[in-house]
Amino acid sequence: MPAAVKRILPQLITLLGVMVLVSLVFPDFLSIDYSDGRLVGPVIDVLKRGAPVALLAVGMTLVVATGGIDLSVGTLMAITGAVAAAAIVAGHGLVLAIVLALAAGLCAGGFSGFLVAVVGIQPIVATLILMISGRGIAQLITEGRILTFNMPGFAFLGSGTLLGVPVPVWIWLAVTALAIVIVRRTALGLLIESVGINRRASALAGVNARVILIAVYMASGLCAALAGIITTADIRGADANNAGLWLELDAILATVLGGNSLRGGRFSISAAVIGALIIQTINTGILLAGFPSEYNLVIKAVLVILILVVQSPSLAGDLKRLGSQLSRRAPRRSAKAAPQRSDR
Amino acid sequence: MKKLLAISVAVMGFGTTAAVAETVGFSQIGSESGWRAAETTITRQQAEKRGIDLRFSDAQQRQENQIAALRSFVAQGVDAILLAPVVSTGWDNILMEARDAEIPVVLLDRRIDAPDDLYMTAVGADSVHEGEVAGGWLVDEVGDRQCNVVELQGTTGSSVAIERKQGFENAIADHPNISIIRSQTGDFTRSGGKEVMESFLQAENGGRNICALFSHNDDMAVGAIQAIKEAGLNPGEDILTVSIDGVPDYFRAMANGDANATVELTPNMAGPAFDALQAWWQDGTLPPKFIQTPSTLYTQADDPEGEYQRRKDLGY
Repeated sequence: MPAAVKRILPQLITLLGVMVLVSLVFPDFLSIDYSDGRLVGPVIDVLKRGAPVALLAVGMTLVVATGGIDLSVGTLMAITGAVAAAAIVAGHGLVLAIVLALAAGLCAGGFSGFLVAVVGIQPIVATLILMISGRGIAQLITEGRILTFNMPGFAFLGSGTLLGVPVPVWIWLAVTALAIVIVRRTALGLLIESVGINRRASALAGVNARVILIAVYMASGLCAALAGIITTADIRGADANNAGLWLELDAILATVLGGNSLRGGRFSISAAVIGALIIQTINTGILLAGFPSEYNLVIKAVLVILILVVQSPSLAGDLKRLGSQLSRRAPRRSAKAAPQRSDR
Repeated sequence: MKKLLAISVAVMGFGTTAAVAETVGFSQIGSESGWRAAETTITRQQAEKRGIDLRFSDAQQRQENQIAALRSFVAQGVDAILLAPVVSTGWDNILMEARDAEIPVVLLDRRIDAPDDLYMTAVGADSVHEGEVAGGWLVDEVGDRQCNVVELQGTTGSSVAIERKQGFENAIADHPNISIIRSQTGDFTRSGGKEVMESFLQAENGGRNICALFSHNDDMAVGAIQAIKEAGLNPGEDILTVSIDGVPDYFRAMANGDANATVELTPNMAGPAFDALQAWWQDGTLPPKFIQTPSTLYTQADDPEGEYQRRKDLGY
């Protein structure tokens, strides 16, 4: 088995398990129809609705790999969405609206990166600044209301279809592929990991840690801008109060479900994106199952705890040890295997 | 924590020439929603129309800011105070201070847990009644036809969501041909409404089992209408939509034939409040403890385009 596949195998198995579980409560979960030139079905909804968190997870994984965390991405979605909507309402056209939104994301990411890399503020605090105050910026842009616009070209990014598949799905697939190529076909991924494991040592070894750090926060800001554009385009309006609300936490959860350590170091973007799909499968599954809405968060919490416990490396070690102890007690079976802790 | 950077406490006086102009302090929650912004706009308009000197204070969703604003209104010796309370508890002390200073306090929109001799009156809508009006429209519209309703709930556990749901259920209780087949929360947001509606459509045979949508607010309904369109159905015809709030975007959807009805939650809470205050100033008439604002039903027949034009600049 290639190493790349082996790395994402636990996440794939988890995703499969969650899909089976959802199929039990909603049997038609896997059915996909083709009508009006587009694919329709719950799985397609998962891929489409999972787009914002999948995009955020790409950026978050890079930040987390440096040992940092970016709490501002949910708020950045609101800001960039507001920027795009305001540009459209002001009559600036599709291209400029997108460019301005992406630029806003890059600037905000650069600001957080500057605070972390140059000023030396801890990442959780540095990004908390924008998380808290950023909604105010978004509200100033939208003047506190939902800024509605009518531009089919922009709405296409959120609810359009290309070759039968929703456009947001293409966007997150492309961004994920591009990010993987950039970090794995160059030394960049290695440099990010080395900064995450030991910033000082990598600086001494000649890695420009400062630039790398600012770059990952800018990448995260860019991903958040794309997520903000998709969300805003989807509802044809910028909702500064609610766009991306708490999604930074879902993005961190996706990164962790992807087996990435919050302490930094080795990372897998594809596993984090699968983590995002796991979260969305749970969300969509809860909606389809038709439980009363009071149960939504409880079901989600139980599933997430269960998945994280099952994926825990130390539990895997304990289980292995327990297994070997049991087999030692059993007669006629030699149990030479010493208990092993498999830490990733 | 929704709104932290915003306009700081701004005290604005609308100049009036009359020397005897009454001064009223208004402590607003903050700009939590478009409706709230419209309420602020209309309160200012109403004050200007009546020649009342309005002092406005934005609390940015924090009770301590509201208490500070009320205390400063008392110190300024205003003639009355309008309060849109951010939470329901913890008002007793500051209201006693206002009472000791003989300044009447009128609550807008939301209610509080405090003895009712601490305030003059409360102006607001009855959410149960709103749900009943919405349900009543659907009952009249479908007649004896079998009708499966999907419901988009507001934020789970919020009193508005509970009461609007209750009212709607009251209205359809005696009509076994109307039943709610799916009910989920869309958190009062447009994107929440769209996502949940997509799952409803998915789960109910592409939406073909659904006869009507009842949404606890217009924002969710606007999102749901987009979802219905994207599923290839015709909102307003294939799936009837009835909702509550009366925001401009929903009126536009009605004008386009995509939505059927809405029950307005009027942002004009200040009008009845000023009426009550002026009656009291004039001849000492005390208003009842609760002044219910009208919950008006608007349908496609009620000039939705005109209603949209009238509302679009109110700050929604």
